[in-house]
Amino acid sequence: MQELLSGQNLACERDDRLLFSGLDFSLNSGDVLQIAGPNGTGKTTLLRMLAGLLPDYEGEICFKGQPVSDDPDLFRENLLYIGHHPGIKLNLTPEENLRWYQSLYRPATTEQIHHALAQVKLTGYEDVPCYTLSAGQHRRVALARLFLQPSPLWVLDEPFTAIDQGGVKEIEQLIADHAQQGGAVILTTHHNLSLPAELKVINLGQSPQQKKDNGSQQTDAGEPGNG
Amino acid sequence: MDKTGTEQISANTIGEVKSQVSTWRAFTGTLKRDLLLVFRRRSDIVNPLLFFSIAVTLFPLGISPEPEFLSEIAAGVLWVAALLATLLSLDSLFQQDMADGSLEQLVISPHPLSVLVLSKVLVHWLVTGLPLTLLAPLLAVMMFLPDEGFGTLFITLLLGTPTLSLIGAIGAALTVGLRRTGVLLTLLILPLYIPVLIFGTGAVTAAANGMDVLGHLAILGAMFMVALVMAPLAAGAALKISLNG
Repeated sequence: MQELLSGQNLACERDDRLLFSGLDFSLNSGDVLQIAGPNGTGKTTLLRMLAGLLPDYEGEICFKGQPVSDDPDLFRENLLYIGHHPGIKLNLTPEENLRWYQSLYRPATTEQIHHALAQVKLTGYEDVPCYTLSAGQHRRVALARLFLQPSPLWVLDEPFTAIDQGGVKEIEQLIADHAQQGGAVILTTHHNLSLPAELKVINLGQSPQQKKDNGSQQTDAGEPGNG
Repeated sequence: MDKTGTEQISANTIGEVKSQVSTWRAFTGTLKRDLLLVFRRRSDIVNPLLFFSIAVTLFPLGISPEPEFLSEIAAGVLWVAALLATLLSLDSLFQQDMADGSLEQLVISPHPLSVLVLSKVLVHWLVTGLPLTLLAPLLAVMMFLPDEGFGTLFITLLLGTPTLSLIGAIGAALTVGLRRTGVLLTLLILPLYIPVLIFGTGAVTAAANGMDVLGHLAILGAMFMVALVMAPLAAGAALKISLNG
């Protein structure tokens, strides 16, 4: 199994509050890693840090054994990050939105884009402006990128927000398939994930006392969590 | 769920994807997207032009309609109005992208951020600076600008407005993370606009008086080149700071 992403001794402080420290994890191809924890414990911050959106952090993040800072562009080509905001332009159609994303990564034909939109149940909505769509459909437009971009590493911040139950199952399946094909997924969610594969969990937001008691065991995602 | 899509991609899931990205394609893709967005919200083009026309029109009404007087202040009025119109339109340069999350996607895309910023600045100039430059000679007629000044007015604006857009992008990038930018953007940017204004109006006034303008134009051109090279880099760095906040 190939190691895709690893972090050593990660720590992050925001507004004079220490969100987490001494965080180690390693993510191999085929892994799904869930960042868990109550609100405000730094889940999104950790994802933004892994995606390279937070330059000031402590510790080291390595992609395939090389520090990310050595070749950031290589890492970014292999990363698909869908953040808290879906990144959808309301005045554009789903097709135009995806076309822009694909111009940043891999070019896609109209058929490929339509196929991806069909996968997220947006057939018939290709050419309507996104402001006429619902919040869940915006999220689905963003998630359609998962079908278009062959990046091995997916970082998804709350991918199930506003998605209906059937959609959640489909995305879970998609994540499981991606992992099975040798990709890796890091996500935050408050849903109980039901994945066939083993799920690793990083638990943020324990009290300092608990942390001391448990040592690195709880935060070490190398140990299989109880998915 | 239909599996064909995932299988198509699985063939190159773990492979070198480096060859597939192209910064030129990202540049043109962003350019097309932003032009399309402006096309869908046409008021963004009209507002600066309307402001420009109104501001210039008020001078003959408010001060004096005397042709001699107007021809004397024409260059300054046109340049100041064009500068303020540009300044007013800067707020929106990155704001929408910040709000909907596509700015994050720009920053983590595998391309130099400065190139993508340049693409956005180019769109800004195409929809504000260029129309202002094209409209200016028309308003110059109203302001009784001497005939000798028209060509110079056009050239200085053609060189000056992209410089204004480029410098403005730095300020827009620095303030995009703030809840209420208010007058801060203006305070940050205005000092950098002053040299452009001085040499712009200086050139038009000199031309109107029958003097040589090449020196002025050379300096405006130099400022444009420096801004073209430095501003996208600075704005890119500023965007990263703003996203971090």
